[in-house]
Amino acid sequence: MSHTSTLHDVPHHHANPTGWRRWLFSTNHKDIGTLYLLFALAMLFMGGASAMLIRAELFQPGIQLLDPDLYNNLVTNHALLMIFGSVMPAAAGLANWMIPLMIGAPDMALPRMNNLSFWILPAAGTMLILSFVVPFFPGGGSQINTGWTLYPPLSIQVGMSMDFLIFAIHLLGISSVLASINIIVTLLNMRAPGMTLMKMPIFCWTWLVTAFLLILVVPVLAGGVTMLLFDRHFGTSFFDAAGGGDPVLFQHLFWFFGHPEVYVLLLPSIGVLSHVIPTFARKPLFGYKSMVGAMIAVGTIGMVVWAHHQYTIGMSLGAVSYFMIGTIIISIPVGLMIFNFIATMWRGAMSFETPMLFAVAIILMFTFGGLSGVMLAVVPADMQYHDSMFVVAHFHYVLMPGAVFGLFAGVFYWLPKWTGHMYDERLGKIFFWINVTGFNLTFFPQHFLGLAGMPRRIIDYNVMFTEFNVISSIGAMIFGFSHLLLLYIVIKTIRGGEPAPSRVWEGARGLEWEVASPPPFHTWETPPPIRQEQSA
Amino acid sequence: MNPEAQARNKRRTVWLLSLLVLGMFGFGFALVPLYDLLCQVTGIQSVSLRSAGEAVAEPLPGRADSRLITIKFDTSVHPNLPWDFQPLERNLQVHPGKLYQVNFAARNRSSASVTGQAIPSVAPWQATAFLNKLECFCFNRQTLAGGASVEMPLRFMISPDLPPDIRSLTLSYSLMKPETPAPVSAPESARHEKG
Repeated sequence: MSHTSTLHDVPHHHANPTGWRRWLFSTNHKDIGTLYLLFALAMLFMGGASAMLIRAELFQPGIQLLDPDLYNNLVTNHALLMIFGSVMPAAAGLANWMIPLMIGAPDMALPRMNNLSFWILPAAGTMLILSFVVPFFPGGGSQINTGWTLYPPLSIQVGMSMDFLIFAIHLLGISSVLASINIIVTLLNMRAPGMTLMKMPIFCWTWLVTAFLLILVVPVLAGGVTMLLFDRHFGTSFFDAAGGGDPVLFQHLFWFFGHPEVYVLLLPSIGVLSHVIPTFARKPLFGYKSMVGAMIAVGTIGMVVWAHHQYTIGMSLGAVSYFMIGTIIISIPVGLMIFNFIATMWRGAMSFETPMLFAVAIILMFTFGGLSGVMLAVVPADMQYHDSMFVVAHFHYVLMPGAVFGLFAGVFYWLPKWTGHMYDERLGKIFFWINVTGFNLTFFPQHFLGLAGMPRRIIDYNVMFTEFNVISSIGAMIFGFSHLLLLYIVIKTIRGGEPAPSRVWEGARGLEWEVASPPPFHTWETPPPIRQEQSA
Repeated sequence: MNPEAQARNKRRTVWLLSLLVLGMFGFGFALVPLYDLLCQVTGIQSVSLRSAGEAVAEPLPGRADSRLITIKFDTSVHPNLPWDFQPLERNLQVHPGKLYQVNFAARNRSSASVTGQAIPSVAPWQATAFLNKLECFCFNRQTLAGGASVEMPLRFMISPDLPPDIRSLTLSYSLMKPETPAPVSAPESARHEKG
């Protein structure tokens, strides 16, 4: 930013470094986007491996493979690796790659900070993995058996691995706050002339709302875990009842972050769907303005309903009623988005390439997860479902289609643009069917398990739950291993394939399809003119 | 837009967003006092409101009211503990806001020294928050030498804020032998604080 001269009078300014320097010192949004996506893919496999260990243990009642603390540590790690390690970086990777291309900007607004916010991640990931590894060594203390919610007093009693985890969360938080600042500054200041906010592609809108949510809630989590650290080491009593603190306060701080976080995970994928569905239905998105309004409403209401995760802590009737009503109201804007997607497909000339298959599956399964969410939002019902496998089934039905499958759809949709090669459509479809079948086989039976009374986060279970757990575990193995096929498809596409034209999909609209595939290292150095039909 | 104006706009946005980040980090800490305040104002029950310490600190004289509340005492002894355990009074009529003392008699039937722990409970549970115990044998584990007997005091007060629909309370104590040996002093004092 210190350069007041224009980019064009310093031709040597962008001498492209090669080898490892290209990646370590990168300020190029495309390279950083690639780094984010690769990091997310690596973390997806680690989080997936921990999930498969959990399901392998639950294949039979009794304790076979793991011991209880290790089991609970895997539950903790699975959540943190998937949420902070995989879904958020993957969404940030899509943002880095696509936002400058979509709004006609030469790069992100703050390229060096972009480099920083990515390269914090490997450090944070290492801390996170260390928190899992340390207890295996002598003197490493106990394992993190709290689950990702880190509720005190348990999280105050855990050994030093918890300190690694707290610092990992700090680093991850700093990374995502920096990335969010960068994205907002880019979106507000670097749009091509003529692209007003209401002409911005929906994916950019979803990220604008997401980035604001992150900026509002991640610092609160950082404050919460800082207090946890102080309670652990510096004799404060924020959460220690013996010293006048209140463990429930941590739950409020955590869920003040934790609930908007689910919209942080969801919204970028909604943004991807808003491009995939119009492309393959060959119709413009139905209700652009209502989509923007709906996502702002979701973000705003989502900030003030966090305590629906805590119905059983003994709040007054007035408080639980408020949180119940607020939560159920969210289903209105979310339903609006779903209906917009359906209306976009209505009477469209649809074709079902892999991204579209994912999109249609998301609409079905996400709606299903949303409806079980309404069940959980109802206080008297939730008293029964709380901490049961029903909750596990619910949030996997929301987050897996809502976040992960949306990212898969985005990867398949834009992979030809990034690599310049078409992916193998046949393999893509095979991956979709194995993946989605495995997912439903894993999580659908968990609804029944939860309703029958099986608690979550416990290594052992009653023999009466065996059959559904066997089905669920078999599904989990299919689901888990299916991602190796994804890895193969991605590698195969990077290495070669049918060359992709710049407008990869017949129905695709938007500036990102006007640059070559793969795009040159620098794009939109002069802002493109905005024509009417380009607006999403 | 010329590059200079754009750079200025970017800087301004960055500063505003950074302030927002700092503000939200501060808000996290501001929630500590705000949370207590909110709980007091809206009556969301929280652990701190239920604890005995705060209620006792209130100036109580003059707030005692004329209601008469019936307190019933109930005891039970787990078979793993060779003790007899009875309240010396089974019923007591009390005024909210005044301090009362009831003694419980315990006798060790065996010849060896035995440690017992009383687990309290209040019925109806809605009254739990309004029962303030200043002293209770249930705060600590009690050890009796073989054949010894002892009178153990319970000093308590019913808060004047007791809802008018509660006219009678039952205090139950289940006495049992703790499974684990007594922990070191820190958790013991923790139990004392929570009452």
